[in-house]
Amino acid sequence: MTGAGTHDGSLERLKREGRIVVVGASLAGLRAAETMRDKGFTGSLTMIGDEPYEPYDRPPLSKQVLLGNAVADHTALPRRRAIDADWRLGVPATGLDMGARRVRLGNGDEVEYDRLLIATGVRARPWPNPEEGALKGVFVLRTRDDGEGLQRALAAGPRRVLVIGAGFTGSEIASACRERGLDVTVAERGDAPLVGALGGVIGAVAAEMHHENGVDLRTGVMVTSLEGDPSGRVRAAHLSDGSTVEADVVVVSLGAQRNTEWLAGSGLGAGPRGIACDAGCRAFDVRGIVTDDIYVAGDVARSPHALFGYQFLSLEHWGNAVAQADTAAHNMLSESADRRPHLWVPAFWSSQFGVNIKSVGVPPMGTEILVTQGSLAERRFAAVYGYQGRMIAAVTFDNCRWLPFYEQQIESTAPFPPPFSTVDRRPEGAKPQPADFPDPSVPTHGPTITLSGYSPADRKMTFTPGR
Amino acid sequence: MSQALLREIIDYANRANPYPLYEELRKTPVSHDGDGPYVVSTYYEIHSLLHDPRISSDAKNLKATGDDLLGDQSDEEGTTLPPSFLKLDPPDHDRLRRMTNRPFGPPHAPHRVHDMRDELGGLVTGLIDGIRETGQLDRIDLVDQFAYPFPVTVICRLLGIPREDEPRFHVWAETLAASLDPDPDADPTKRGKGSMDARMELGMYLAGLIEERRKNPGDDMLSQLATADGPDGAMTTMEALSTSALLLIAGHETTVNLITNGMLTLLRFPDVLQRLREDPDLAVPIVEELLRYEPPVQLLPQRTTLSDVEVAGVTIPKGASVWLMLASGNRDPKRFEDPDRFDPDRKDIQHLGLGSGIHSCFGAPLARQEAQLALSELARRLENPRLLEDPPQYRQNSVLRGPRHLQVACDGIRG
Ligand SMILES: Cc1cc2nc3c(=O)[nH]c(=O)nc-3n(C[C@H](O)[C@H](O)[C@H](O)COP(=O)(O)OP(=O)(O)OC[C@H]3O[C@@H](n4cnc5c(N)ncnc54)[C@H](O)[C@@H]3O)c2cc1C
Repeated sequence: MTGAGTHDGSLERLKREGRIVVVGASLAGLRAAETMRDKGFTGSLTMIGDEPYEPYDRPPLSKQVLLGNAVADHTALPRRRAIDADWRLGVPATGLDMGARRVRLGNGDEVEYDRLLIATGVRARPWPNPEEGALKGVFVLRTRDDGEGLQRALAAGPRRVLVIGAGFTGSEIASACRERGLDVTVAERGDAPLVGALGGVIGAVAAEMHHENGVDLRTGVMVTSLEGDPSGRVRAAHLSDGSTVEADVVVVSLGAQRNTEWLAGSGLGAGPRGIACDAGCRAFDVRGIVTDDIYVAGDVARSPHALFGYQFLSLEHWGNAVAQADTAAHNMLSESADRRPHLWVPAFWSSQFGVNIKSVGVPPMGTEILVTQGSLAERRFAAVYGYQGRMIAAVTFDNCRWLPFYEQQIESTAPFPPPFSTVDRRPEGAKPQPADFPDPSVPTHGPTITLSGYSPADRKMTFTPGR
Repeated sequence: MSQALLREIIDYANRANPYPLYEELRKTPVSHDGDGPYVVSTYYEIHSLLHDPRISSDAKNLKATGDDLLGDQSDEEGTTLPPSFLKLDPPDHDRLRRMTNRPFGPPHAPHRVHDMRDELGGLVTGLIDGIRETGQLDRIDLVDQFAYPFPVTVICRLLGIPREDEPRFHVWAETLAASLDPDPDADPTKRGKGSMDARMELGMYLAGLIEERRKNPGDDMLSQLATADGPDGAMTTMEALSTSALLLIAGHETTVNLITNGMLTLLRFPDVLQRLREDPDLAVPIVEELLRYEPPVQLLPQRTTLSDVEVAGVTIPKGASVWLMLASGNRDPKRFEDPDRFDPDRKDIQHLGLGSGIHSCFGAPLARQEAQLALSELARRLENPRLLEDPPQYRQNSVLRGPRHLQVACDGIRG
């Protein structure tokens, strides 16, 4: 046994014959399970997932699948190795008894654990009016079933598609519709697509991409209601500006909600913002005390990041789910001195309207932006975000080859504006401008990174110490 | 003016085995002496500079002043070809490379290289048959009889250049390749004039062909470069000329060395040669390991800094010349386990043999395929091959390093 921890053999025993339960059998859950087996865990491993499918990949759902280039049930995640698990698929976890170390399942079963990993991710935020949301032709896009249903609806050749929300997913859906030659309207409450994630300067570029590709983009408006026909099919949507859009397919793309309700009352520090954990992926309980046997990873986690002022970050990033799962799995099977922090630099990609978009760092933290290479007008550029004199994030459109450089700059807390010149620096890159993020207290379609630490200036809490 | 380091790198005495010198160099990841270039010799430092937008490939930035960076980039004298995309920065580099790639690789021409497989196979067979027909198996020059004519024929076919003209442009190509080789002792004006003349003559030759292809376009790349009209528009005549000159020269000078270095190495490691004979698929990992172990392009001597850049604790000042020692990075023990061992079973092999970043080798897929085919066929057909001279006689060039001749003998040539 290695490490400076307790040498009482308990870790050895855990690795040999312990019981590990993973709730959330998708990307983070699967990758963590693989890492655990790689690290020599030979005990029992239970994978609990409420979806009936083995782990599959979501990014293709809004891209290749909608284009009909891939079939939704062919997006199974490649296996890195056999994990020899007891799969409980199609059954949700409904409760957690931390004292007895037990997970309750929807079918009444209970599963005991020595270590628990929670990777329940997020789900699509539904249309707020359930009756309207239940109309035929109204979709969200998070799961394989969603993807398949929407692809079929698009293949049927609707007269018009309405996408509500122009975040990454909404924009990708609009892009797929145009590529299929379908008329599409996008309604966005913010001033531009992608503003929540990348700010108004980049949002303006995204808006041009919509326009040039023939998307009917409506910004600064909200959809107030959906209207169905007598057969229960959606036929139109009413907008806050008084206009009406007739559409026979409506995709609600309003961001995501964390899957934490099943933990209510368990005593774990879980809520609508996700499950708080330390840098080593160990979950906090409601009292802010770190647990030692419950770990979290992926979209559902929110963890402090040293590079970003120890802000708690909730990321909806594929790469984060993989990296965090790996760290969680490592730490679950390590003595305390051997644990690693999850200090992954947030990174995200998207592809829409034929443009490859990538970002690193935390753009929504940035207050200013500077185009360091290329040009916004050509839609081929690299831009960096500044926060209090520091480079805090970068984004590229069709220029991702340079991103590793910026990532390295962000990691080394490089100054902003950057003091250096680069190849392909244009006049527009001479001076920083405001990055133009909307007020974070106004909800947008979902920024994909949420800064969820409270600022001391928030004065939202009252302090009531216990007896 | 002390340029001892530079002299040592180009010293012909180190040509046959430059690796002890590189090992010495790596003790100082960024070396600089006198007013010579900053020489970067370790893997991670080279790799990061290849991805650093503060590093330029445009010689105009050498000792440049800040003012003209955003200003207009007026051309040099119009007496010769403009620089090819190898010596340009984005956005011009990106645009020309993209346009060149359209007829060559994915996404628009995903099968181009793959579809040449049969043709390449035919050429290899023909050349080896030719060696057999000479009946002289006790002294074969693998360079002259195989490793040179093969890629040269391929690049001519690809571009659509008459193979008969090869002797003419061979001279130009040699002169231009030699001009890449830094030589502090040569008279710079004389050398510059020589390569300028060669560029001009090559340019005029290609201009004639392009003119002709504009009238009668074929399926070759020259026709496509001359007539293409994609989202980036069309190339100007001068751009098409310098691009085709680049492809011609690069296709001329590098794959020859890859194949020759490859055969030399395999003859030094007969067990690997035997494995390749039994399993031609092994050519794939063998060629990757060769690109690490004996890369045909040893160093990139033409980068300059646009800003002060700190590397491994050294600040390379703005406007400085930077040499990236690819072959040295490939043998960096901090990156590769047991780096001086030729090991085709190596799993983790992100070598620098084809460069990295935006200027990474354009012809890589073709070079790989040519080398794989050539080596596996030579291994299969030559009976009991052996080196007659080890080390062989090397070419002068320290940048494009490879044997001038590779004398081998064999007992027979299989059908
Ligand atoms: C359409 C789409 C496109 C995307 N594109 C990109 C992209 O281009 N780039 C990028 O970086 N990221 C992208 N993402 C995000 C990426 O897919 C996620 O970050 C990643 O899937 C997160 O993995 P996860 O395992 O944490 O969560 P999830 O993949 O959400 O998995 C959580 C699993 O837990 C299950 N679950 C929830 N509650 C329970 C319960 N109580 N009991 C049992 N199981 C439960 C869920 O049903 C789900 O199967 C995209 C996401 C979507 C939906």
